[in-house]
Formats: sequence, structure tokens, C-alpha cells
Amino acid sequence: MTDAEIRGQTPFLEKRVRPLFGRKGSDPFLFGVAFLLLWQGAHELAGEQGLASPWVTVSRAAELIGSAAFWQHAGATGLAFAYALAVALLGGLAIGLTLGYFRLAGDVFEPIVGAIYSIPKITLYPIILLIFGLTLSAKVAFGALHGIFPMIIFTISGVSAVKPVFRKTARTLRLSPLAAIRTVVMPAALPEIFTGFRIGFSLTLLGTLIGELFASDRGLGFMLIRGIEHSDAATILALTLLLFTISALAGWALLRLDRRLRRYQQAAAASH
Amino acid sequence: MSRRQLVVGLRLAFLFGVAGAVEILCRTGRIPRLTMIPPSEMVQHLGTALAGGRYTADIVFTFANIGAAIAISIVFGTLIGLGIHALPRLRRVLDPMLASYYSVPTFVFYPLLIVLFGLTRWPLVAIGAMFGIVAMILNTIMGLDRVPRALMKSAQVFRLGRWATVWRIKLPAAAPSLFTGVKLAVTYSVIGVIAGEFILSVAGLGRQIKFAYDSLDNQTMYALLLFVLTTAVLVYFLVHGWERRIHRRWSP
Repeated sequence: MTDAEIRGQTPFLEKRVRPLFGRKGSDPFLFGVAFLLLWQGAHELAGEQGLASPWVTVSRAAELIGSAAFWQHAGATGLAFAYALAVALLGGLAIGLTLGYFRLAGDVFEPIVGAIYSIPKITLYPIILLIFGLTLSAKVAFGALHGIFPMIIFTISGVSAVKPVFRKTARTLRLSPLAAIRTVVMPAALPEIFTGFRIGFSLTLLGTLIGELFASDRGLGFMLIRGIEHSDAATILALTLLLFTISALAGWALLRLDRRLRRYQQAAAASH
Repeated sequence: MSRRQLVVGLRLAFLFGVAGAVEILCRTGRIPRLTMIPPSEMVQHLGTALAGGRYTADIVFTFANIGAAIAISIVFGTLIGLGIHALPRLRRVLDPMLASYYSVPTFVFYPLLIVLFGLTRWPLVAIGAMFGIVAMILNTIMGLDRVPRALMKSAQVFRLGRWATVWRIKLPAAAPSLFTGVKLAVTYSVIGVIAGEFILSVAGLGRQIKFAYDSLDNQTMYALLLFVLTTAVLVYFLVHGWERRIHRRWSP
């Protein structure tokens, strides 16, 4: 949300705010300092074994980035993640467009999809392992299993929100369902589909990492579980910090794209 | 036959069809017993396991943790949401973090929580609450943003104090959004607690499933899995239906 949007929504509160000290531009800096102080304080409380200090964590993270082993593990995670994301994206798109376009199918299957989305999928891990064994496919399946459902759900809701006049136009032009989906429905539902992709992206990453946590011999999740087994607090926290930074940056970039798509569509709708 | 009956009929037919197909594949050995046991046996084993009371303690443990995580998420999520909404400067700094929170695998903090709280139930409650609370915060802020300006002006006209305004105007006006927050907090807390038990725990359903898997006890594993999944789906439909009713009543 931009500053202007927040200001627009909180007119009363904005007037009452008086800067405690400094200008507003210094807020992120103050927040950063407060966060580091809290972290250091928690470190003093928990001790060296419990919670590594900010300095130790950052230097361990830098050490990891400089090591070849880290990049091998990161590459393994990246490969599994890329496959899983492709499966989640294409599968979710195909299922979501079908269920969204054919109303009866959508009504029949939507609650089932929603219910599967809400279950703790981590409990399905034994089944995936029994089927795929300790392979790359197991990681990919687990990642895709996490990412595909938001993709389906958002695609369905995007397609059902497409203006009836668009679908009527497609019918008037006697487009086949496939052509109608490809040239009319999908472009109209794109912003919603992208939101599904954004959420699916982070959940796929989460699923892939959890997969590695349980049963793998390489990948960042494996590094993490090895750190836990050796109670290597600095490595655990350094990896956490790196994963947090990467996924927060990716999430932030996707969110900006998402908002831009929505603004673009609103502008297009307003100009008609 | 009305359309609604047709939809429900087709849905049931699909679900029973899938269960029947799995049953046949298992019985004929196309799916080996080491991979999956027939669904009818899962139900049967679940019945004996529940009746025998062997897992009662684990069920109580898990449900108590989930309840605590939900309570923490809802109470503190609403309070923190109110606080952030009242402090625009803080909000501007926190906003990008809140927006990208669910893109970060929260589980990476679980080992840390074990170190902090010890191997008790509290790291589980904490990870469940960490999962649920941010959904509650986000929905509280969203609801407060949508409180009509006229209502806030009437609060000023009536000279309501800060807390009276929160209690009598802001929270009721934000109610639909708050209920969506509650719904998400409930589902996320369930996921967080059970996943935590699965990773590392002294007791609970998640741990028992993992234990059964590690000892190749497929019957127990699938019975407990069935129990967890059925419960999760029931909870989902309960909060979902409840939210829909609330939204219908609240909408003008």
C-alpha cells in the first residue's frame, strides 16, 4: 500500500500524529535499530546456544554465501522449486480455467478444492514418500501440492468474475470453449490469476523446503535440519535470515507487479 | 431435481467414486499394501484406535494446543491490528513486512522456538499462533480501513473516549473483516500446530503419525491421517459456513 492510500484511508488519525523525533523518512532506520536491539536483548536472554547474536548471524551468513557447498544446496533447492512451480502453475491454470468456465463443474468441485487447501498438507508427506521414495520427484510433488490449490482457487474466482458481456461476445463470435478461454476469459481474469500465482509461488517454496527438511540429502532444507541436529544456532539463524530475505524480496516484487496489473485493469475499465 | 441437489449429488458421486477406485486398486494389489491400505480398513482401524483410547491423550494435547494458538491469534491479532492502525508511522514501516509475511516459511523459526521454550507444548502453541496471528492483524487493519467516515464522526459527536470508540464503533463496523480474520486464524493455527508436531514434538497427533510412519505401521498411520484430515475438513466447513452466514447478516 502506498503512502497516499494509507493517508486517504486514515484522515482522522493522520492529523493527530506529531513526529516524536526526526522526520518520517527516518522511521525505517529507527525501526531497524529497535529490531536489532530487541534481537541482541533476546540473545542475551537465550544465550549463545539458543539465539545467535545479530553480528554472529550476519557473519555466518556471509561465510555461507562465500562457500561452494552452500551454492550446491541452493541449486538443488532451486531445481526442485522450479519444477514444482511449473507443475503448480500449469496444473492450477488448467484445472482453474476448466472449473471456472464450466459453471456446473466449478460448483461441484470448488468446495472440495477449498477443503484440500485448508488441510495441513505436511501430514501427507508419508504418502508422498511411500509413492515416490527419496527422490527429486518427492520434493517436486510436495512443493506442487502446496502451490497448486491457491492457483486453482484464485483462477476460479477470477474467471467467474469476468463480465458476462465478455462471455456473451465470445458466444456471439461462436468461439469454441478453448478459444474463448484463451482469447477472452484468461486475459480478463489475469490480475486475479496473478494473485494466485503470487501466493502459489511462496507456498511452493515453502512446500519444497519442508520436503527437504524431512527427507532429502541435499538442499537448503537439508542444511537447516542438519543445523538443528547439531544444534548449530548460528547456521540455523543465518539460513533463516537468508531464506527470509530471499522470499520476502520475491514476495515484495510479485506484490508490486500484482498491484500494477490491478491498477492497469482498473484504468482500462474506467476508460470504457 | 433442483440444481443444488444435482451439484451435491455429483459431488458425493465423485468422492465415493474416488474412494471406491482406491479401494479396488488396493484390494487387487495394484497399489501395494506397503504404499496404501484400502480406505475401508483405514476407517476400521480408526474405529478400533479411537475406541481403545490409546490416542485420547494425544488428541487432547493437539486440540488444546490448537485452541491456545487460536485464542492467542485472535486476541493479540485484534489488539496489534488496532495498535498498528492507530499509528500510521509504524504502519508505513511494517506494511511491506506484513504483506510479505506469508511468503516466508514460518517453520524455519520452529527450531528456534524449541530452543527458547524447551521441548514442551509451548513451541507448538507459539508456531500455531505465529501462523494465525498475522492473518488476524491484516484483516483487522483492512476492516478498520473500511469503517465509514460518518461513523467515526458520530463517535466524535457523541464524545466517545478512545476505548469506547473502539468497542462501540470500530470493532462492530469492522466485524465482517474480523470474521474473515478469525476463519483464517483458525485454519492457519491448525496447520501450524500439526506441522510443528510433525517436525519435532513429545506428543500429539502429528507426532503419532510420524512415529507410525517411521516404524512402518501403515495401519495406524493411515487411521490417524484419516482422523486429522477429516477433522481439518470439518473445521474448515464449520468456520466457512459460519463466516458466510455472518457476512450475509452484516451486509446492508
